[in-house]
Amino acid sequence: MEDRSRRSFLKIGGACALGLSALPAIKVSAADVQSVFSPAPNALTGKKWAMVIDMKKCWEKGKEGCKDCSQACNHVHNVPDIGNPKDEIKWIWPEHFANAFPGQESEYTPEEIASKEFIILCNHCTNPPCTRVCPTQATWKRKEDGVVMMDPHRCIGCRYCMAACPFGSRSFNFRDPKPFVKDPNPKYPARMRGVVEKCTFCEERLAKGQIPACVEACKAKALVFGDLDDPKSEVRKLLHSNYTIRRKPELGTEPNVYYII
Amino acid sequence: MLERVFTGSEKYYKLLMSLLAVVAVGFGCYLYQLTHGLTVTGMSRDVSWGLYIAQFTFLVGVAASAVMVVLPYYLHHYKTFGRITILGEFLAVSAVTMCLLFIIVDLGQPQRALNVLLHPTPNSVLFWDMIVLNGYLFINIIVGWNVLAAERKGVMVQSWVKPLIYLSIPWAVSIHTVTAFLYAGLPGRHSWLTAILAARFLASAFAAGPSLLILLCLFLRKHTKFDAGKEAIQKLATIVTYAMLISIFFVLLEVFTAFYSNIPGHMHGLKYIFFGLEGHARLTPWMWAATVMAFGAAFILLNPGMRENEMTLKIACTCVFLSLWIEKGIIFVISGFVPTPTEHVVEYYPSIPELCIVVGVWALGFFILSLLYKIAISIKEELAA
Amino acid sequence: MKIYNGDKIIPGILIGVIILTFPLWLARGKAAATPDIKFDTPVIQKLAVKQCVLPKETMRTSHMVVLNDWRDAAVRNNTRVFTGMDGKKYDINLQNTCMECHSNKTHFCDQCHNYLGVNPYCWKCHIEPKETK
Repeated sequence: MEDRSRRSFLKIGGACALGLSALPAIKVSAADVQSVFSPAPNALTGKKWAMVIDMKKCWEKGKEGCKDCSQACNHVHNVPDIGNPKDEIKWIWPEHFANAFPGQESEYTPEEIASKEFIILCNHCTNPPCTRVCPTQATWKRKEDGVVMMDPHRCIGCRYCMAACPFGSRSFNFRDPKPFVKDPNPKYPARMRGVVEKCTFCEERLAKGQIPACVEACKAKALVFGDLDDPKSEVRKLLHSNYTIRRKPELGTEPNVYYII
Repeated sequence: MLERVFTGSEKYYKLLMSLLAVVAVGFGCYLYQLTHGLTVTGMSRDVSWGLYIAQFTFLVGVAASAVMVVLPYYLHHYKTFGRITILGEFLAVSAVTMCLLFIIVDLGQPQRALNVLLHPTPNSVLFWDMIVLNGYLFINIIVGWNVLAAERKGVMVQSWVKPLIYLSIPWAVSIHTVTAFLYAGLPGRHSWLTAILAARFLASAFAAGPSLLILLCLFLRKHTKFDAGKEAIQKLATIVTYAMLISIFFVLLEVFTAFYSNIPGHMHGLKYIFFGLEGHARLTPWMWAATVMAFGAAFILLNPGMRENEMTLKIACTCVFLSLWIEKGIIFVISGFVPTPTEHVVEYYPSIPELCIVVGVWALGFFILSLLYKIAISIKEELAA
Repeated sequence: MKIYNGDKIIPGILIGVIILTFPLWLARGKAAATPDIKFDTPVIQKLAVKQCVLPKETMRTSHMVVLNDWRDAAVRNNTRVFTGMDGKKYDINLQNTCMECHSNKTHFCDQCHNYLGVNPYCWKCHIEPKETK
């Protein structure tokens, strides 16, 4: 009998300890903070943001080795330059045709296409597999405009989204990125070790009424950003008047970055 | 019951101490990883999962395989397994613990792990995996403990435990199915994108788990007074035989589909593991070793004389376990990342700290297993005396 | 009442209590400097009404909750404007709004955080303002 009561005491004690550990969370959420939140007044608003990249313009008008788009992005977003492919962080970067569009190349692909580099970034897919797999909703598809968002505060660093993304658009901070940001932009945060990041279509700039930094930086005007839901938008006009391709359309993710070649 | 872990022979303490020493080394390396980030591992932007997640995947199988002793005993009243069900359940407890630890050491922000509970996300397979794994852990602890306690007192197990025992059977299948779904539902990872993955996982689990159980039973018979009995071991050997054959068959099905269809994406992964891609062939020696061991073990197990001979059975079980450990605990996860989504071939090799952490988690698993088996065996020895 | 193994249990408890209270013993007699929070940044001095986004008392006790709410509002809900009690609107932004006024992190944030021994992870990502002093 004595044995029984001691055991049940321990059991009840354990249950109580579990209950107590939940207490602080309840207190904080009950804190009384009256506030009103509203959307930014000057924000660019679209229903389905997309990008059309005219590679011909990039190759013809852009200077050899031009990196304006990726440099602008890296600077604005404090993307670190870690300098080794193992730990590197990439938001927008060049890849050859065979790597950007696997399976599309043949031995007769024109030399000018096969040898030139394409610009790739997060496709902000209509059916993103990365957001589907995230166990904490640290990445999600924004309902109002389709941006595939990242909340680095929430990310636990499981890297399931990296396994799920068929485009290699996601990077993981294997090490603290801050020492590798040469010239930090004080207006935008960096990231911490152990979280995933990627292109966000410059959602912080959209909120201020600005177009994405890469689009703004391109002197050849090869990158065009706009709302696919708006028939009068420039992206729709370009899609109407040009034959465009998307990366790995067969996977059904419905990428929202289109290429003119 | 618990106090039995403190009374043991010198050999028992030496085992515990040496396991703890390995755990300490692993823990030290984990602290190093925690302060420097996952850059200290061999993982990269392109191969973003490595040995940790691979060990997790393999050990889910070991955990699920407890069902291979629980099911015949409780559903088919196969009394011979009565003595070893507790060994299966406690093996499951230690394997699931290792699984959870491997997930934790793989996280970039482990202190945020509870975000999975704070922000439950039913569309994520990982969320469900967390639920089924923790559920399975608790079911096996509760069932194992209560069945053992009842056995000690010589009474029937309490009636409320029975439903849990029956629940543990489909639950075991669920943990490995959900773990397969982690991989099998991702577009663009061709080596993983296969409908038979859950079946493949279960088949290899039901070979690897029971083969480990056979080795453990033989170990216990040598070092303690507990004897699982020849019949139980032979029945387990039969289970291993068929599960191994099915497992090999399933891999051959993958080979057929990939190469007869001739779809490049489907062939890449298999080409990489068997022959290498673009001159990168770090995994091929492992894959061929696994293949040779798999067929060697199948040959021994299919031969009744060799299966009944304990010496050859031991060799076969070791081969089965190692072969499937290589296939699932190394190759399967890594080959999913080769080639990368942008068709580059990037290879992975674990770093020394990463290997130490892996060994440390295994040692902690075996430490827990030793304690649990000590309790179970002590009680069985007392009852026999 | 007899305690079994009392010769081991009681010293064990004593050792446990000493280890748990070790920080107290270690810091005994050494009073940490009282936080000295400064509000004298150039931007604050130019303000006609020196008022934060919420009353001072609320900010003092609950700024961490406010910051979490701001974070979720901006990052997760795409609502980037905060209307204070007085109807004034603020751009929800730690680096550009909070730290524009409180540009003296070492004399503002760090004062209390160091005193209380808390180490919020804000600055692992967010870039702290350059301080002249």
